[in-house]
Amino acid sequence: MAKRIEVSDLNIYYGNFRAVEGVNISIEPRSITALIGPSGCGKSTFLRSLNRMHEVLPGARVEGKVVMDGQDLYGPDVDPVDVRRQIGMVFQRPNPFPTMSIYDNVIAGNRLNNKRMKKAEADDLVEKSLRGANLWNEVKDRLDRPGSGLSGGQQQRLCIARAIAVEPDVLLMDEPCSALDPISTLAIEDLMTELKEQFTIVIVTHNMQQAARVSESTGFFNLNGVGQPGRLIEFNPTEKIFSNPDEKATEDYISGRFG
Amino acid sequence: MSTPTRIAPEVPARPTGPVRTQRRLPRFAPLGLYLAGLALGAALAALTGSGLTTAVVYGVVLGTLAVFVASRIVEGPRKATDRLVTALVTTAFGIAMVPLLSLVWTVLDNGLPRFDAQFFTNSMYRVVGEGGGAYHAILGTLIITALATAISVPIGLMTAIYLVEYARGRLKKSITFFVDVMTGIPSIVAGLFAFALFTLLFGGGVRLGVMGAVALSVLMIPVVVRSCEEVLKLVPNELREASYALGVPKWRTVVKVVLPTAIAGLGTGITLAVARVVGETAPLLVTVGLITGTNLNPFDGRMATLPVFAFYQLTQPGTATQAFLDRAWTGALVLIILVMALNVVARLISRFFAPKTGR
Repeated sequence: MAKRIEVSDLNIYYGNFRAVEGVNISIEPRSITALIGPSGCGKSTFLRSLNRMHEVLPGARVEGKVVMDGQDLYGPDVDPVDVRRQIGMVFQRPNPFPTMSIYDNVIAGNRLNNKRMKKAEADDLVEKSLRGANLWNEVKDRLDRPGSGLSGGQQQRLCIARAIAVEPDVLLMDEPCSALDPISTLAIEDLMTELKEQFTIVIVTHNMQQAARVSESTGFFNLNGVGQPGRLIEFNPTEKIFSNPDEKATEDYISGRFG
Repeated sequence: MSTPTRIAPEVPARPTGPVRTQRRLPRFAPLGLYLAGLALGAALAALTGSGLTTAVVYGVVLGTLAVFVASRIVEGPRKATDRLVTALVTTAFGIAMVPLLSLVWTVLDNGLPRFDAQFFTNSMYRVVGEGGGAYHAILGTLIITALATAISVPIGLMTAIYLVEYARGRLKKSITFFVDVMTGIPSIVAGLFAFALFTLLFGGGVRLGVMGAVALSVLMIPVVVRSCEEVLKLVPNELREASYALGVPKWRTVVKVVLPTAIAGLGTGITLAVARVVGETAPLLVTVGLITGTNLNPFDGRMATLPVFAFYQLTQPGTATQAFLDRAWTGALVLIILVMALNVVARLISRFFAPKTGR
């Protein structure tokens, strides 16, 4: 299921403002790719452009190519809705649907798309996804309760369960642990390590230890100054980035001597 | 204190603790002063030969002054100002309540004598004196308001959805502007609009229940648009993004995520919009008219409605004047109860449909 994503010469705009320029990157299947960098350097913007969530905002647009298994995601005949079905996303703040129960939240992707399922089939999918998100044991007795009654870490895992229930090829995570305590963070990091057996995972994080712990490859984004576009400075195996980076800027950022 | 040799300036000793304490008026003092003020006010009013209202006004003013002066002497200027402003705010509230209570009291007092079963079961058909009722007018009001709601809610709700989810730039601004303008149009203008429209379509002298419904929707649509727009704006953008990220198309996101999340607010807003138009008189007067018998078909001829019913009972009493006046008051009472019931329904809607946290 997992797929490779090749990005070439990607420029990302908000209206006339070029937020990110000239990104070339190759994201390997069945691995975790971490994106690090200072605030406002365009990591999240880049992440959102991978599943065409960027263009949801008014005036936002993208130039360049994002190719997944030979198909350009920004091709003229590609429907962004189909792209998002292939490439799931987990957001910074847990956002379960407040009107739905835990059960309904997990199968929201199927229900909202009017996919007809038998009851047993839906039950299986819910259990499989919740088990996949390491949440099954905690919520199996209260599946009909509202999802917003869970703790923050549980809500975030519920959102991961919801994202993997539609069986995407790629999972994008935008600072999934920044609102969570260390224990929930650990739970989600363990989960990511399990999920990479099936999915290609791209994670944006401000926590460099997290990037070092979970990822195989790391990309460092930076910008020259306020109002300048962000750029991908270095993209290398995580070990190399954290021990012997090619670029001076990367080393400065990682060792905290930044700015 | 640790250095007794140091010469400290003479400071008056504080009785306790680091926080400055303050003398306070005894708890019963303000009440007593107000009672004294009221007694003095009553005496003044009796001396000048004025009524109860004057006595209360004198009493409140005197009591407030007495409390202010006493507090200033005992508690200091800050506390005194506090008491004065509290008194002003409370008085303003009291003054605001006077017309409301007076209105409710008057309507109850005058309306209750005819608040009987006959009023709800009889029409005014062939009634020229006592007896009769507003059966036809109550049903007429319900039918016409329901019809107006059926016209306004789809238009208003969809406009709100368009404004919040789809519209951009100049078109959005101009729609918002015109909706605001529509909110302010006088109700008689809405009535004349419906009158002119149906006169053009069906010729002069036409009177239909549906004309009233159209006139009421002209008044109701902007209210529905504004309240629904505000509620839809409150739906967090994260929920829309969560839905998009699952590969759900925009229209389905709106129908299945945004609307259900906002349903409580939408229901409340729509119910309050209904309450706003249910008592309109002028537009119904020129479009629907009035009949004495029961007509439940809004597409055929005149209908009776409660506001117009009350208006005619009051302005054109027949031989038994008191009977007509009683019916007018009872009509008004029923109308107030109707509006109150709608407000209660709005509250219940917002309580039952609000997203549950499950905690």
